[in-house]
Amino acid sequence: MHDQTIAELAAALERGECSSVELTRTAIERIERASELNAFITVTPESALAEAEAADAARARGEAGPLTGVPIAHKDIFCTEGVRTSCGSRMLEAFVPPYDAFVVERLRAAGAVSVGKTNMDEFAMGSSNETSYFGAVKNPWDRRTVPGGSSGGSAAAVAAGLVPAATGTDTGGSIRQPAALTGISGLKPTYGRVSRYGIVAFASSLDQAGPMASSAEDLAILLQGMAGFDRRDSTCVDRPVPDYRAEMAGTDLRGLRVGLPREFMEAEGVDAGVSSAVSAATQALRDAGAEVREITLPNAGMAVPVYYVIAPAEASSNLSRFDGVRYGYRCDAPDDLEDLYKRSRGEGFGEEVQRRIMVGTYALSAGYYDAYYGKAQQVRRLVQEDFARAFESVDVIAGPTAPSTAFPLGEKADDPVQMYLSDIFTIAVNLAGLPALSVPAGFGDGRPVGLQLIGNYFDEGRLLGAAHGYQQVTDWHRQRPPVEE
Amino acid sequence: MPIDAKEVGQIAHLARLSISEPATRAYARDLSAILDFVEQLGAVDTEGVESLAHPLEMTQRLRADEPTEPDERERFQAIAPATEDGHYLVPRVIE
Amino acid sequence: MEYEAVIGLELHAQLATRTKIFSGAPTAYGAEANRQACAIDLGMPGMLPVLNERAVHYAIRLGLALNAEVAGRSVFARKNYFYPDLPKGYQISQYELPVVGAGHLDIELDDGGRKRIGVTRAHLEEDAGKSLHEGFTRKTGIDLNRAGTPLLEIVSEPELRSAREAVAYMKKMHSLVRYLRICDGNMQEGSFRCDANVSVRPVGETRFGTRAELKNLNSFRFVERAINYEIDRQIEVLEDGGEVIQETRLFDPDRGETRSMRGKEQAHDYRYFPDPDLLPLEITPALIDAVRDELPELPDARAERFRRDHDLSAYDAGVLTGSRELADYYEAVVAAAGDAKLSANWVMGELSGALNKEGLDITRSPIDAATLAGLLLRIRDETISGKIAKEVFEAIWDGEGDADTVINDRGLRQVTDNAAIDAMVEEVIAANPEQLEQYRAGKTKLMGFFVGQVMKASGGKANPQQVNEILKRRLDG
Repeated sequence: MHDQTIAELAAALERGECSSVELTRTAIERIERASELNAFITVTPESALAEAEAADAARARGEAGPLTGVPIAHKDIFCTEGVRTSCGSRMLEAFVPPYDAFVVERLRAAGAVSVGKTNMDEFAMGSSNETSYFGAVKNPWDRRTVPGGSSGGSAAAVAAGLVPAATGTDTGGSIRQPAALTGISGLKPTYGRVSRYGIVAFASSLDQAGPMASSAEDLAILLQGMAGFDRRDSTCVDRPVPDYRAEMAGTDLRGLRVGLPREFMEAEGVDAGVSSAVSAATQALRDAGAEVREITLPNAGMAVPVYYVIAPAEASSNLSRFDGVRYGYRCDAPDDLEDLYKRSRGEGFGEEVQRRIMVGTYALSAGYYDAYYGKAQQVRRLVQEDFARAFESVDVIAGPTAPSTAFPLGEKADDPVQMYLSDIFTIAVNLAGLPALSVPAGFGDGRPVGLQLIGNYFDEGRLLGAAHGYQQVTDWHRQRPPVEE
Repeated sequence: MPIDAKEVGQIAHLARLSISEPATRAYARDLSAILDFVEQLGAVDTEGVESLAHPLEMTQRLRADEPTEPDERERFQAIAPATEDGHYLVPRVIE
Repeated sequence: MEYEAVIGLELHAQLATRTKIFSGAPTAYGAEANRQACAIDLGMPGMLPVLNERAVHYAIRLGLALNAEVAGRSVFARKNYFYPDLPKGYQISQYELPVVGAGHLDIELDDGGRKRIGVTRAHLEEDAGKSLHEGFTRKTGIDLNRAGTPLLEIVSEPELRSAREAVAYMKKMHSLVRYLRICDGNMQEGSFRCDANVSVRPVGETRFGTRAELKNLNSFRFVERAINYEIDRQIEVLEDGGEVIQETRLFDPDRGETRSMRGKEQAHDYRYFPDPDLLPLEITPALIDAVRDELPELPDARAERFRRDHDLSAYDAGVLTGSRELADYYEAVVAAAGDAKLSANWVMGELSGALNKEGLDITRSPIDAATLAGLLLRIRDETISGKIAKEVFEAIWDGEGDADTVINDRGLRQVTDNAAIDAMVEEVIAANPEQLEQYRAGKTKLMGFFVGQVMKASGGKANPQQVNEILKRRLDG
């Protein structure tokens, strides 16, 4: 059962081959047995079983939809009412929100069963899930390596078959990069497609929630459940949600114009294994009838520096609310107000978070704003314009998701800039607000490699269609890590 | 652009972060490396280029001026570190 | 060395919306602590701001009333600093692109002249909560009910040259926001607040001196006293050879002095940047027109109309349009009583006197416009004299009923019967032969004496005009 996709599980449930309660029990047991992966921060067996029972009852009444009774997990950045939401941080170690995130509301309404909250890089800042206060997550393919980040827990949970799907968030690649490193599929929708209400904010103009699962079809099913207008998020777009599965199915690889950015292909520091897997993938697209051509994104090389000004700047402000006054961690016996702030924050936040807060504070401070933040926002527009030009001649852009496969735990932890370069192919997408996904495309040194596909604004249907088409002619996405019991 | 320990102290103060002595030096090193890395932006020609604050061309939606939020003080304060008489408590502030 | 003062005011008007600027929590004054602070106001994780439509409309109203540019596109920015009454660690405000641009406000000076004071800009922002330092043992209690209430910050050009001018400007703006119904102007409740930037420079100097920012000025009197003190203080500093320090100073009303704020960080680095959770605010010409259509008649225009149509003096028109409520009251009286001058005199005279004596605002007047008009009608139709009317007014004020009731109950009806008056005149003349002789001998000033006697005999009720006529006839023989 744990190898099955959502689509397959839904069919099995509908045929009565299993119940949601059984699926949920299995998931919880598997989570327990795989605790070494450290993919979960909080598991909620009781509420999950209650939701599963309700789902089975709904099915009996003939009221089941594509997600009814399917066990899923939420990245611990989504506020879940009554359930601890830690964001991977000591600051929120004991935080129990009195409200649900929009995404949580929607998926519950669709009948999905939430089994728990997955581990993540602290406040979504990281590319390896090593900055979590709750310890690093292990990659199910090779437990000495990282699963990627920041949605490392969700990725590991899906890759290890603990749940068929999980939610993640992506600010600079945090869904796509872990998906690539763990051999699963993950989608970051267009900015504004999914409401950010109830998601602990990292970088407001870049954050977006998205699905992580083991096939493009599953991503479509989940996205259908997650997308929708929410007036509580001013940056959320009021635009009808199409039938993603239908659009996906209606997309043909034949004649699809696929662009390969020269800058990605010529990038330095890309593993040979990654390059060859991605080459093979583009060839597979060609063989299936896609028109593959070279394009150029001249400012792509500036994406990472732009991001590492804008994201920390927004984050430094977003994280100011964590001050030990109304919720969250408070230091012991503060001497005065300054002491309360400094020690609650100094003790509550980990190193990477403090580093980024300081970079952001610096970039916004008097005298530096124009040179850093102001400049970065201008270059951001250039990056966006590059994509706009590219999409005049192609439908989808392809390339590697990450420059390397899963690296050993601890390898990059001491070198922040090196760690930041893991996002070299994913970051530009967030700057422009475009949708993009990663699907498994083979292996390098025995470790999964991801193919990234980038679509035009609100073109998720066609983007998923391209990925789905690729998954019809390859079976990388059906590969599972070796079972370790 | 090298950042020294003193500047780290100033930034940490602005951001209300308590940082130990040894950590200050490590942060100074890291911040210098990061700022060095982002310096490359300076080389890009952005003459006449407008800032991009939001990826989408959207304007702000307006909300009707009708009360929608009920009093949930007990629920919110149940998760507060320190309250008294309905107020959030902090160490006495001298103004 | 002659110095001149250079003053600019930053006024904060709390907008009279039902809900906060970025959340749907109510804004009503006086609720128990933290019962009107929702998750957004508390800055809880994942909560996002959504802009209140009415706050935008109110900002546009003010912009139009100040003849200012209303920005077609304006941007919200975060002002970052840490303080317990600021839940998010930043205030959502506006920085580079405010909703209202440059405009002006004309004020009346003490000498009767007028001066145009430039308004640099007005922008929307959210208010902070309140800190209570008393009542909690060695702690400060934070109440976030006020957090998120919409404010309009109105910044004047530094064109005010005295405390009196500053107060005139502040009063005019106070009246204007109440006219526009965008703010209730209740300074005790903190709905209308003032910070003053004060500096001095030698007369003739065009460069600005260093300025101090004065805070905690929550009444017109305090503003005047604080600014005057500060001007004197700065001049003294300079004359002693010192330098004025740029700083924030608090006004101490008990001592009548301004004090440097102890221990507060003087120079904040607010790290302003556009708020990424909010999109640029677009205001279309159509919206501006719609708001313009619903603008009430503004004070200056209304005063002009009173001058023109009611033939009032500029001074009277100015007084009567001092507040929208007073102008409404006056007009209602005129509409019912039909005599503008009479109405103006009574509203500005007896009524205002009585209200001031008891510290009441026109909105709390025990005599409503219809009732006052009723009294004036009795003067006009000569049921009572103007003098008796004052007695009637006091009786109405004390709750004895309306004009007719009082006149009846107290028998104050004016005597207008010529025969009756004639009889009284005859009696008085007969009772005062000496004065009659003196009068007929040429001391015509004694007419006043006779009039007085007749009035006394009639208990004040004789119609004075008729008394005068009849007396004259009889005295002149």
